Amino acid sequence: MGTAAHGSNSNVNYLNEFKGIKSWLLSLDHKRIGLMYMISILTFFFVGGIMALLIRYELFAPGKQLLSPDQYNQVMTYHGAMMVFMVIVPGIPAILGNFFLPLQIGAADVAFPKLNLASWYVFMFGAAIAISTFFSTKVDTGWTFYTPYSIKTGTAVVAMVLAAFVMGMSSILTGLNFIVTVHKLRAPGMTMFKVPLFVWAIYSTAILQVIATPVLAITLLLLAAERLFGVGVFDPALGGDPVLFQHFFWFYSHPAVYIMILPAMGIVSELISAFSHKVIFGYKAIAYSSLGIAAVSFIVWGHHMFVSGQSEIAGVLFSFLTMLVGVPTAIKMFNWLATLYRGSVTFYSPMLYALGFLFLFAIGGVTGIMLASMGVDVHFHDTYFVVAHFHYVMVGGTLMALMGGFYYWFPKMFGKMVDDRLARMTFVLIFIGFNVTFFPQFILGAMGMPRRYFDYIAPYESLNKISTMGSWLIASGFLLSLYAMIKALKSGEKAPSNPWGAKTLEWQTSSPPPHFNFDKKPTVTGGPYDY
Amino acid sequence: MFWLSPAHAQTFMPTAASDIAGDVDNLYSFLLISSFISCVILIGGMIYFVYKYRRKSPNDKTPRITHNNFLEFLWSFIPLVIFMVIFAWGWKVYHDMRSMPENGLEIHVTGKQWAWEIQYKSGVTTSNEVVVPIDTDVKLIMTSRDVLHSFYVPSFRIKQDVIPGRYTTLWFNSNKLGEFHIFCTEYCGTSHSGMIGKLRVVTREDYDKWLEQESKFSTLPIAERGAKLFQNKACASCHSVVDSSVRVGPALYQKFGKQQITSAGEVTVDEEYLRESILNPNAKIVKGFNPNIMPSFQGQLNEAELLAIIEYIKGLK
Repeated sequence: MGTAAHGSNSNVNYLNEFKGIKSWLLSLDHKRIGLMYMISILTFFFVGGIMALLIRYELFAPGKQLLSPDQYNQVMTYHGAMMVFMVIVPGIPAILGNFFLPLQIGAADVAFPKLNLASWYVFMFGAAIAISTFFSTKVDTGWTFYTPYSIKTGTAVVAMVLAAFVMGMSSILTGLNFIVTVHKLRAPGMTMFKVPLFVWAIYSTAILQVIATPVLAITLLLLAAERLFGVGVFDPALGGDPVLFQHFFWFYSHPAVYIMILPAMGIVSELISAFSHKVIFGYKAIAYSSLGIAAVSFIVWGHHMFVSGQSEIAGVLFSFLTMLVGVPTAIKMFNWLATLYRGSVTFYSPMLYALGFLFLFAIGGVTGIMLASMGVDVHFHDTYFVVAHFHYVMVGGTLMALMGGFYYWFPKMFGKMVDDRLARMTFVLIFIGFNVTFFPQFILGAMGMPRRYFDYIAPYESLNKISTMGSWLIASGFLLSLYAMIKALKSGEKAPSNPWGAKTLEWQTSSPPPHFNFDKKPTVTGGPYDY
Repeated sequence: MFWLSPAHAQTFMPTAASDIAGDVDNLYSFLLISSFISCVILIGGMIYFVYKYRRKSPNDKTPRITHNNFLEFLWSFIPLVIFMVIFAWGWKVYHDMRSMPENGLEIHVTGKQWAWEIQYKSGVTTSNEVVVPIDTDVKLIMTSRDVLHSFYVPSFRIKQDVIPGRYTTLWFNSNKLGEFHIFCTEYCGTSHSGMIGKLRVVTREDYDKWLEQESKFSTLPIAERGAKLFQNKACASCHSVVDSSVRVGPALYQKFGKQQITSAGEVTVDEEYLRESILNPNAKIVKGFNPNIMPSFQGQLNEAELLAIIEYIKGLK
């Protein structure tokens, strides 16, 4: 990438320059903050994963296995709320975005380092509130908090929505920070169309975070006010409208789906280009489609509500607009395929995860179109078909990309190489386990099994059994990943600056990078994918 | 891939038993086939490319292909056209689902935690059981007593949320005799997954006979009327009357006259205690059970009905 700025060859880097717990907790270094997010989010992911295993275990057979119906509803709620608000929404931006956005644009840090640290504290404060509810009356509303159930239930809903409110605040601050960073701190010569596509994706996501999250915040505050003071916005007994809550909720939560997937698409663009050793096809189309998806995602929320009682004309508009979101998504898929064409493809673990993403996202995408078609959605709505669809997008998409990103950037983050044979095994386990878990759920949904069911009728049993066994495969894949990464940290080979031969700026500095990323401010003349 | 043909699409769908179900299944088949083809193109293309263009030597040179306007136009435009077809077709089916028949048989449905109350115009009420004549337009007028529910009949491919404080409607015309599941598909708390009803499609004669039988209710002996009410109010989904097994709530079998340890100390299960427990369930919770599970039936049962249910419980020996 143009004139490369080389990192120092000395052994001083961001990990060892300062020592002690205080040097972490008060660090303003975006890389250290990224790692702090990584540790916290992976911990939450572990807990949310255990909840998932409990859900699947309970559904291994009809009737009660381990949990009571109320306990099941709580576990289902915590699984959803933790995975959404504490893992997938913050995941890629706060960990990898924090770490690599400044590096990829040749900056020394984000625009507001103190705000960045504050975001982490705000996030942890929100997470602490969320976790505290587990030790009081717990929450059993599902992560969607639909009224009037969330008004009537005797559980700790107020604390939980406040937790989501606080974590949303953190999300806004991070988004704001990234937007300013991208606009103001790009290295000399790096025009907007020379930034890596991961940066474009994080940038589009940041816009969504800043604009959409306040709507969630006000909605959740209204819900808390409704419970505490009975103001009567959503409660029909007081003249409120419970369906209004759904409009408010999805006005945030649909864009949130793209907050979850856009960064993943950014990672995949990096991986496909790097491991095909070829310039990305349709750079501008991919960049603009990120922005396009971000924009249209604001006006499709009603596709969650085709059977909610909203008017037919509203349904028609939302269905139409949802189809439009499919177009930029399809463009991205084809661009990635075209990048592979005449490439020189290697199959290291990050690439396997990227190809896994394409595979699963293709299925997640076409089933999304099926759900957007109103006549069929009426049958599929709130069944396991929807559960399967959004897991293909959120887990098959976002988590696959996150894992790919981890394995891709691990050498840069820690200066150690991961045993790639082990890493590829984790991919095989997770990829197969994922399909075994979630593909049967499409069929269960078509057969009519509703979601959020503690118990089910006999015809659904065999597919549920298969699905549960798949969840064990996924779990073993993630545990093996944990092992592979710990092993790499302890005894991994020392990583060179650019183990994959990639062209973006972060590979031009040493692994791990020095405190301020580059010893000499880089100047950019070429594009990010000049192979 | 035999199941991709329209005739086999139902392999994954429940028996189609309404007119609209056929329309939905046709669209579903089209979606399955076009999705399958898309996945073959995307995933097949991916596998073909990564195999064909795998790295042969570390010195591989890759061409600098940055974009291709014609191709990019094609793969934006063709999906758009397909999506528009899917959109229009989906709208057509949805529109038919939402166009209520003019002279349909109207039945009132009330969702509550965790049962469906069904009311016929003749005054007949049932719980968790809808009986309708075949080949007849039926219109359901639905509301909820407490939280959101959703009325879903997989075999009819229809679903509609049931909302407190307003009416929503749903219609169907069943073309198949038999018994079909009614699921609640909007999460509604503890026994959400137990809120299952049955929809029975019978011949016109059987329907008339059934309706007449049900309307004889008021002339039944008091305990039998209680038994009926017990069924209708779905008490049986939480309280066993045939043995001492614990469901969501305590069993009522052989309970009358016995001592019971409750949150308010030991009480005798007599008429007064039963009455209080029906109208104000939280007053004395049986040990080992949670409060706020059973809804109050205050205002839903008149004195005569209360008495009938108590008589019925007295007789459970």
